[in-house]
Amino acid sequence: MTVEPILAVDGLVKHFTVKTARGVRAYKNTVQAVSNVSFSVRPGETLGLVGESGSGKTTVGRCILRLIEPTAGSVRFQGEELVGMRAERLRELRRDMQIVFQDPYASLDPRLTVGTSIAEPLEVQRIPGDHRARVKELLELVGLSPDHSRRFPHEFSGGQRQRIGIARALASNPKLLVLDEPVSALDVSIQAGVVNLLADLQDQLGLAYVFIAHDLSVVRHVSHNVAVMYLGKLVEVATAETLYERASHPYTRALLSAIPVPDPGVERGRRRIMLEGDVPSPIDPPSGCRFRTRCPKAQDHCAVEEPALVDRGQGHPVACHFPD
Amino acid sequence: MFRFVMRRLMWALPMTLIITFVVYVALRVGTDPLASYLRVNQRASEKKIQQYIETNGLYEGFGGYVRGYLQWLQGFVTFDWPRSIKGSREVWPEFRDAMFNTLRLGLTATFLGILIGLSFGIFVALKPGGLRDATVSTSSFVAISTPPYVSALLLQLLFAVYWSKWFGQSLLPTSGVYPPGHRGFDLVLMIKHMILPVTVVVIQVVAVYARYMRASLLEVLNSEYMRTARSKGISERRVLVRHALRNALIPIVTVAAIDIGAILGGLIITERIFSYPGLGDFFLGAYDNGDFPQMMPWMFFFTLVVIAFNLLADVLYAVLDPRIRLG
Amino acid sequence: MSPRRMAVRRFVKHRAALISLIILGIMVLFILLAPFTARYGVNEAVFKTSPEKPNSFLSPRGIAWLGTDDIGRDLYSRLIYGLRVSILIGLASAFFGTILGVAIGAVAGLRGGWIDDLLMRVTDLFLAFPFLVTLLVLRSVMSNVPWLKPIVGNPTSIRFVVILFVLFGWMGVARLMRGQVLALKEREFVEAARALGASNTRIVLRHLLPNSAGPILVALTFAVSGNIIAEATLGFFGYGPQPGAGATSLGKLVGGAKGALLPGYWWLVVFPCVILILVSLCVNFVGDGLRDATDPKLDGNR
Repeated sequence: MTVEPILAVDGLVKHFTVKTARGVRAYKNTVQAVSNVSFSVRPGETLGLVGESGSGKTTVGRCILRLIEPTAGSVRFQGEELVGMRAERLRELRRDMQIVFQDPYASLDPRLTVGTSIAEPLEVQRIPGDHRARVKELLELVGLSPDHSRRFPHEFSGGQRQRIGIARALASNPKLLVLDEPVSALDVSIQAGVVNLLADLQDQLGLAYVFIAHDLSVVRHVSHNVAVMYLGKLVEVATAETLYERASHPYTRALLSAIPVPDPGVERGRRRIMLEGDVPSPIDPPSGCRFRTRCPKAQDHCAVEEPALVDRGQGHPVACHFPD
Repeated sequence: MFRFVMRRLMWALPMTLIITFVVYVALRVGTDPLASYLRVNQRASEKKIQQYIETNGLYEGFGGYVRGYLQWLQGFVTFDWPRSIKGSREVWPEFRDAMFNTLRLGLTATFLGILIGLSFGIFVALKPGGLRDATVSTSSFVAISTPPYVSALLLQLLFAVYWSKWFGQSLLPTSGVYPPGHRGFDLVLMIKHMILPVTVVVIQVVAVYARYMRASLLEVLNSEYMRTARSKGISERRVLVRHALRNALIPIVTVAAIDIGAILGGLIITERIFSYPGLGDFFLGAYDNGDFPQMMPWMFFFTLVVIAFNLLADVLYAVLDPRIRLG
Repeated sequence: MSPRRMAVRRFVKHRAALISLIILGIMVLFILLAPFTARYGVNEAVFKTSPEKPNSFLSPRGIAWLGTDDIGRDLYSRLIYGLRVSILIGLASAFFGTILGVAIGAVAGLRGGWIDDLLMRVTDLFLAFPFLVTLLVLRSVMSNVPWLKPIVGNPTSIRFVVILFVLFGWMGVARLMRGQVLALKEREFVEAARALGASNTRIVLRHLLPNSAGPILVALTFAVSGNIIAEATLGFFGYGPQPGAGATSLGKLVGGAKGALLPGYWWLVVFPCVILILVSLCVNFVGDGLRDATDPKLDGNR
């Protein structure tokens, strides 16, 4: 277990300033999208990053690639610090880390043919070789026909477009892929195909993934480790097996109970933990534990002290005063 | 609501000052009042020139522009306006008369134009796609593509020149407010003189508003909530009046208030062609003479009008559209 | 099918736009072949004048299809030459104005901050005033700054007018481009390009510009007709370009109509006016057709 992590995120913080216009004056508010998030990913492994919308998981993904500038903290990729790195070096490194976006309809330039889109990283990174042949190879790799390269994105279905997005991300032979909810915009029937493709690609190419998702069911089969986020903070990190068997944060347990079980008998007898209310505004997060406003186990103490992410000795850190 | 308006008003003052300062600098550079003065008064003594510079604040350099602007502003608000370069006349009485003439022409034309334009817009939006729609849409497109002086020329040619050739007497006068030499007030004569210029402006306004109204109303009529209202069995007439027109007018009101610049622009051109002694004629006359003391009040007045109407647009929009929150 | 071909197909369906394009094509052919299509030189009288047989103010007839002007020149030929100057001014100033506007709008949209704020304030200011007033004030500033003289030339030169229209015309396009950039910048395909390591220049040239091509083309088209009309307006009031000895422009010809009005020389009024309306109408129709053709809302399945 002494393999160097390919990606190490430490104490990542991202604040956004939001202007709300009221009449002529604009009021500035700070949104704490991500506060103090740390995790690491080893080569060839998948970290599932799970949370509801507004939990900051997408922001984490963007910060890893420095598509947005982190407010504080460190992101080390293959041992190199990305935060504050010179633009040229960062551009070079983008060869090795790529992203697949959530919305396959928005992530491909409608004016470019599929082939041009897939070849763009080769062009930008000035990768030598026959680009056209490489595009065909990539299209086959993601399960599409090589003839498709001359068509336009609008001629494809959502699932096909997502495969094109994956092919583009793979073009420069990266070592790390950030998958930003890669299947949540797709029909359930198509999701499995794309998830399986991603798993196969990982086996074939030895990729590391940061797999961002909003529920635990998708992540379950592909992740080695899972990190659960709530309102910009990590609440629980564990290996996939541990998490699904012995989740100890009330929020994780609520998320787990939301996954339907295929066996109707079990499903009927199961107790679902229903979370009440909405996610509070990150402009003004609750004091103490951020989850306390919706937590079934909340006590007075939770409003006073913020629980730290503590590893209680099993390689399974949890941020809760009263873990299970 | 009150606070919202107050806050906007507080913004309007610095805006006015900044804009008019920029205009001041532009006019100082563009018209070079000192040169114009020397052109008209070629034998002015050194002392007189110096005095002219001081009374008009024509100092050089950025600091000098600021000082000159402030001096001009002080004179402007205390109604101590510098005299015109050509003929050294008082500016205010001429400006005032021109303003009333323009108001009379502009208000009449805008009112008629918007009224007719909106009616046309409604009229075609109710039956889109047919011959009626095509006719009105095409003619409004032609009208928009026709500059006002072109329609003015053609109207003058038809109603004044050729009418008198065919019927021995011209139907409508083509210039001024009254015939030359006329004294006193005469409503009928005045209206007669206004018909052609008003028509020219109205053509433009009608074309613009018919298109706005058509587009806006069609969008509302095709919206979900209109379908819901219909499906509830509300009569078509009631649907139209209660729901559609109100919602369709909201964007138009805002556009109307902001469009004031365009309407005034059409007025300037129209006034000039019909030798109508309004603000447009005033400005172009002053421009030809490079008359800084005449142009500056004009530009200040226009800045105020433009800012006021922008303010009005914001407020009206906020009043009409409950979705805009007034903090 | 490529998006461009779909747009062409939609444009062809807009009948008025198609007809307008054909008319404009014919006009362009006429002015390009002016030495052949015009029957007389720009400054040539139809015949030598004499007291018994004056050549001025002849009504339309065989030797002068559209009549003659005050010194006996053929109006038809002069319209062709005038249209040539006007269309040249319209195209040149619209083209350069659009390039300038696109560049400024792209910078403002990408950079944001104070550059953006300043740009929006300046355009607000310029667009709020009646355009003739703005144009005239700008004109006098341009002609009175000594060090600008070698660049902009004489106020009556064509170059001066083109520069004037460019300085006035970039603002609308800049606003449009800024809006496009702001909208597109949040789209994931632009973020994807950034994630690939693409530079800002590449993102603008490869992704933002092609995706804004439709609206920009439409704006360019309307700018052409706007500038032709602006030239005519300046010319009408006597502030327009004087394109050299005897040469003319639509603005000058329409301006000449003023003097011909009261004596009743109708051809000197009607024909220049009709040509001006026809040009601006056709260009506007083409712009309208382009707008329909490139509107993403009509793009079928996204």
